[in-house]
Parts: sequence; C-alpha cells; structure tokens
Amino acid sequence: MEFRENQAIYLQIAELICERILLKQWASEDKVPSVRELAVQLEVNPNTVMRTYDFLEQKGIIFTKRGMGFFVSTDAHDKVTEFRREEFLQNELPQFFKAIHLLGIDFSELQNRFEAFKTENY
Amino acid sequence: MVSIHNLGFGYSKKKPVFEGLNLELQTGNVYGLLGRNGAGKSSLLRNIAGLLTPTSGQCTVKGHTPHLRQPKFLQELFFLPEELHIPPISMKEFVSVYAVFYPNFSQNQLNEYLKEFEVDSTARLTELSLGQKKKALISFALATNTPLLIMDEPTNGLDIPSKSQFRKIIASSITNERVILISTHQVRDLESLIDPIIIMDNREVLLNAGADVIAEKLSFKTVQQVTNHEKVLYSEHSIRGFGIVIPNEDKSYTKVDLELLFNAALEKPQVIKQLFN
Repeated sequence: MEFRENQAIYLQIAELICERILLKQWASEDKVPSVRELAVQLEVNPNTVMRTYDFLEQKGIIFTKRGMGFFVSTDAHDKVTEFRREEFLQNELPQFFKAIHLLGIDFSELQNRFEAFKTENY
Repeated sequence: MVSIHNLGFGYSKKKPVFEGLNLELQTGNVYGLLGRNGAGKSSLLRNIAGLLTPTSGQCTVKGHTPHLRQPKFLQELFFLPEELHIPPISMKEFVSVYAVFYPNFSQNQLNEYLKEFEVDSTARLTELSLGQKKKALISFALATNTPLLIMDEPTNGLDIPSKSQFRKIIASSITNERVILISTHQVRDLESLIDPIIIMDNREVLLNAGADVIAEKLSFKTVQQVTNHEKVLYSEHSIRGFGIVIPNEDKSYTKVDLELLFNAALEKPQVIKQLFN
C-alpha cells in the first residue's frame, strides 16, 4: 500500500478499514483479519496495525472477543460515518476551502455544481 | 533483549568508532538502524553479534556476553552481513551443514520463503545472481528462528518485487519473542516496516524511538513558506515547497518521514537527543 505523506500510517490504515465498512465489504459481526494478516497484506509493521485496531476499538468501530480476535461492531456503520464526518470537517474541508479561496470560486457556483452532481450520481 | 551500556569500540586507539554508547532493544520489534556512511552501524552490529570485541563498557544479549562467542549465545542469533561469503554448494547442502547449529530451525519455513522469493534451492549458491543469493540467505536467516536476527543492508540488490516480498516476510515473522535489527540506507524500501528507529551519528546513538513517540513529538510537513524559523528543526527545499520538521504542537499525527527525520538528527543532534531522552 502507498501511504500519503501528511497523516500517520496507522490512521491511513484506519481509514482504509472504515472505507471497507462503509462499502459494506465488511459487515457487522464479521471477523476482521488478524493483525499479522493485515500487516503482511499491507507490508507494514504489525505494531502499526495493532495501533490501528486499538484506535478503532476506542472509537467503538471494532471489538475484541477473547482469544478470537477482532470483529466489526453492530453499529460500526454509524460510528464510521460519525468519525469520517469529523475527519472530513477537520482535515479535508480546510484544504478545499483553501483551494476555492485561491481560485476565487464562489458559493453559488458550488451550489449549482453540487446540485448537478447529485442528480447525476444519486 | 539487547542491552548496551557505555560501549566503546575502535579499530585503533586514537580513533574510536563509538564511545559511551547506550542502547536497549526490546522483543517484538523490527528496529531500523540508520546512520551515514562510516557512522559505525556495521561495527555496532558486529559488536552485538560478537564478531568484534568492545574496548570498554558492556554489551549483553539475553544475558550473554557476545564476544565470548559461547555456543549457547551463538545459537540465539543470526547475523546476515552486507557482503555475503558463500560456499559453492546448493541451499540443500548449506542447510545440512549450518542448520544443526540452530535448534529452532524450520525446513518448512525455509521452503516457504524460498518459494515466495522464487529462489532455486538446487542451484549452487555461488552461481546465483547477487539478488538471488541475498534472498536465499535471508530465507535461511529467517528460518533459523533465532531470538535475535541482525541484517546489514538486506534490501541491497533486491529487485522491486523482491523488496515487497521481503516486507511481507518480515511482517509475518516478527513475534513477541524476537528482535529483528535491520541497518539500512534504503529508507524508502522499509519506511512502513521498521519501527522503532535508531539513528547513530558522531560516535553515539542520537535517537531510539517508536514511530508513535516520534509522531507525538515531531511533525513532518510540506509547506509553501517557512515561517517561525526559530521552531523549525530542519527544512529542505523541493519542487513542492519546503519539507520541514517542527515540534508537534497541535497534537495531530503526521507520517514520520524518515529522510527528513534523519537529516534533522544530523543537523540538530543535541536538540534531537534532548527531545527523545
């Protein structure tokens, strides 16, 4: 996996897992890969994956069953949405604001494009 | 597992390679040892492996003193040097000669690694290309299952797919009972694998810290302009702007950029030492 430069690797792995949950590739109560399996797959240090799992457990997105590993929480989908929303508002939105400010794009144009985008895609 | 106190070593008395060096290595970690050419990385590795004798201080590995080279110690460690000296025999014969020294050697694991690396185990080792030789010996090294595994520049000579296989194999083989210590200049090859990071320079260890501790204390950013100069530890100019290392004050975790970290440590050794000790 290629990692971006501006965010800790363990958070980027957390994002990847959240995406899989949002796309329903990983459903509630599914077992998630073991720390070692995911570390091998992503070619990263197992300690980093452990950190990701600790982090997701704290957020209530995954949970441990004693001796059986990690599982996706029942309300993981909502928790992920909440977490990603926060992430977006804090990290991605400022970048977006910066770009529209630099390029002099105003909100009415955005509004129009957003409406067009929604009818096209959803 | 490895405990080094006040270690001194030099090839001549006038020019010590390191003095008063301290280092602790804990099990369950893949350590990355970084340092510029001639900083003493290989000498340190050889001291830990018992191939060199310190001039002062102590080095112990699981309670053993390496340079005494007792069999009990030697079976706990595998050292893969940068330049390989290989006899003109096949891997099969190599195993029949060397595997007996390692009580936890696993033939199954060796077969798996050789297969993963696509190394022909029937060919004479001396007839293999540099990369194939390296992969054959890396496979053997991992299959010995020694508690301490030291590799000096293991990715040198490996092609692109082999580097990826190497990362996968290391990620799968680190256990809570093991220490893997890798010295490297190829930080891009191993960036997401090595953690903690050890940086050596000027005869001492400047830093020995996990990626999370580093990210807690330092931020690595690309900015268009360098402001608050007094705080910036290091900056370098590139086409995308300035890559900077700055104390982490807003508690956001950036990815540890090993090249920037390394350059910052060489430029501000005292600041880095204070920050991490």
